[in-house]
Amino acid sequence: MRHIISILMENESGALSRVAGLFSARGYNIESLAVAPTEDATISRMTLVTRGSDEIIEQITKQLNKCVDVIKLIDLTEGEHIEREMMLIKVKATGELREEIKRLSDIFNARIIDVTETTYTIEWTGEGTKSDAFIEALGSTTILETVRTGVSGISRGEKCLRI
Amino acid sequence: MELTGADIVIRSLKDEGVEFIFGYPGGAVLHIYDAIYAQDEVKHILVRHEQGATHAADGYARSTGKPGVVLVTSGPGATNAVTGIATAYMDSIPMVVLTGQVNTDLIGNDAFQEVDSVGITRPCVKHNFLVKNVKDLALTIKKAFYIATTGRPGPVVVDIPKDITAHKTEYEYPEKVTMRSYNPTIKGHTSQIKRAMDLIIGAKKPMIYTGGGVVLGNGSEALIEFTRALNYPITNTLMGLGAYPASDKQFLGMLGMHGTYEANMSMHHCDVLIAIGARFDDRVTGNIDKFCPDAKIIHVDIDPSSISKNVKVDVPIVGDVAQVLAEFLGILKESPDRPDEAAIKQWWNQIEEWRSAACLKFDTSGEFIKPQHVLSELYKITEGNAYVTSDVGQHQMWAAQFYGFDKPRQWINSGGLGTMGFGLPAAMGVQLAHPDGTVCCVTGEASIQMCIQELATCKQYDLPLKIILLNNRYMGMVRQWQEFFYEKRYSQSYMETLPDFVKLAESFGHVGMKIEKPGDVENALKEGLGMKDKLVFMNFVTDQAENVYPMIPAGAGLNEMILV
Repeated sequence: MRHIISILMENESGALSRVAGLFSARGYNIESLAVAPTEDATISRMTLVTRGSDEIIEQITKQLNKCVDVIKLIDLTEGEHIEREMMLIKVKATGELREEIKRLSDIFNARIIDVTETTYTIEWTGEGTKSDAFIEALGSTTILETVRTGVSGISRGEKCLRI
Repeated sequence: MELTGADIVIRSLKDEGVEFIFGYPGGAVLHIYDAIYAQDEVKHILVRHEQGATHAADGYARSTGKPGVVLVTSGPGATNAVTGIATAYMDSIPMVVLTGQVNTDLIGNDAFQEVDSVGITRPCVKHNFLVKNVKDLALTIKKAFYIATTGRPGPVVVDIPKDITAHKTEYEYPEKVTMRSYNPTIKGHTSQIKRAMDLIIGAKKPMIYTGGGVVLGNGSEALIEFTRALNYPITNTLMGLGAYPASDKQFLGMLGMHGTYEANMSMHHCDVLIAIGARFDDRVTGNIDKFCPDAKIIHVDIDPSSISKNVKVDVPIVGDVAQVLAEFLGILKESPDRPDEAAIKQWWNQIEEWRSAACLKFDTSGEFIKPQHVLSELYKITEGNAYVTSDVGQHQMWAAQFYGFDKPRQWINSGGLGTMGFGLPAAMGVQLAHPDGTVCCVTGEASIQMCIQELATCKQYDLPLKIILLNNRYMGMVRQWQEFFYEKRYSQSYMETLPDFVKLAESFGHVGMKIEKPGDVENALKEGLGMKDKLVFMNFVTDQAENVYPMIPAGAGLNEMILV
């Protein structure tokens, strides 16, 4: 099953490599990973998407907790949550395709943020699981570049991950 | 007063109560060595290879419970230390390793003797630090000791660039340190402890299985009281030997691949398994699908990630083993419930039947010295009171089987990583910590050659180790597996040439002995052990064909042992 794990960790230079190293050393897979400092510059928040059986996810959370730089974590998928991913896609846009891509972008709530005579750059934000659907929908056009931020997420309601 | 980084390093170690630094100098740590020169409170032990430094510090830590301290230079100094760091990590040994680093402005430039020590050691340390400012130095060292010695212990590396050791700042060693990201759980969950105790008291065929965590957590006394109060059978892992007295009748010996028949059969047939400070290692469980099929499993461990990692557990308890055992005992004392005596008696009858198979018996009638014979004699002559270190292989298993350890911290071996070359330097650390103790290094002719250079260190510091070399002219455990599983194709497990160990020992200034006849074993050991102030290297030429039994073959369950 897909899990989104949110981690608060010390904002130190080695912290990211510790988490990445843990995943590769123990053979866990990372689907996406997004990390940046929080409102407190000494703390980074990492959102990590992974897949595995309940046993593996239990081990992953335990191993992450054991990491000395990790302050606190939650598995967002255990409760109600919101997840978002941003994607920037540059596509070939010429002739009739220009109108077609514009329409498609509207349908997916994406915005065209940069235009040349032959290309569009589209910004899309949505649930991580839907990003593939947008890429698929663009199937007939030529995608020149795809940039995804990886998923970030937060709990719904009053529940917070903070120290 | 302002001190240089180098002085701060040494002052911090002193204020931390460090007795010995095991180390080897080099360019990046010259300032620190100059600070060592200027004082005599923290004693520096000069090894002959950085691997030796880490194993010696490790042996010191295992035998005392105090953290071992290592100081090595950058680059090759750090990489040579990695094997010893990984060894300590696998067995959860508290250790602080200070590695020199090139100047901060050179980091990342492929400078002379530069390696990314923090990166290289990251997967085999509990934590590591790169010190970037002299103002952080004392606090970082304090944190390193705090992390290394609390929770599940482990090695911590502090990488110190050379320029930091020259910079000056005010020195103050923090008395305490707290870290928001590191707070190990010590106290077990009360309701889980109660649940566990209900299962324990209700058991008809209980089994206590304990590991290195009981030794590390100083839980031996509580374990003995707990086990005796219940009159339940107990087994120890390779790392846990000594936590429960081997000479006690409730002790069934070691379990696992080369454990006793009675221990493994009792594991397989038990209805409640009480696992304490053990981690269900593959050498212990055998085939995981066949492991303890009828048992409810209780697991006490300070490391949550050890629980339900390999084997699904029914009652997990995260906490300090000594504290949880004390709580078990408290409940037992207050509770009117007692174990079902008749059932326990019946269980013991069954166990005694397994025990009567005498799985460790060996033949002494041959013309060659049996390694088991040497170790049984060693046990008798030292009255079970020696510190025994070992290397890795057949001799390690025989030492574990035939030297009955009655006390914790007496048996020093590389269980997790299985590091050949560990025994001799580890024995140095043990001897330094226990100058009046008898310290025996049980080894093989392959293992001993991996850190043989440390014989010079032993001479320099007058360490009167007793080296018990079981010399069968083979990498014995490799040969055994080749005999069993590769149709006796002995690929590269035989050494065509071996040094004359007697002359070799003598060339380092020690005493060498060679023993070839079974009838000479006892007297030779008495003679060698009698030379109290000398290192005696006893080369026992043993039966080449001897194998370690009993044995659980790969893929088999604990009830499927090969006895002979």
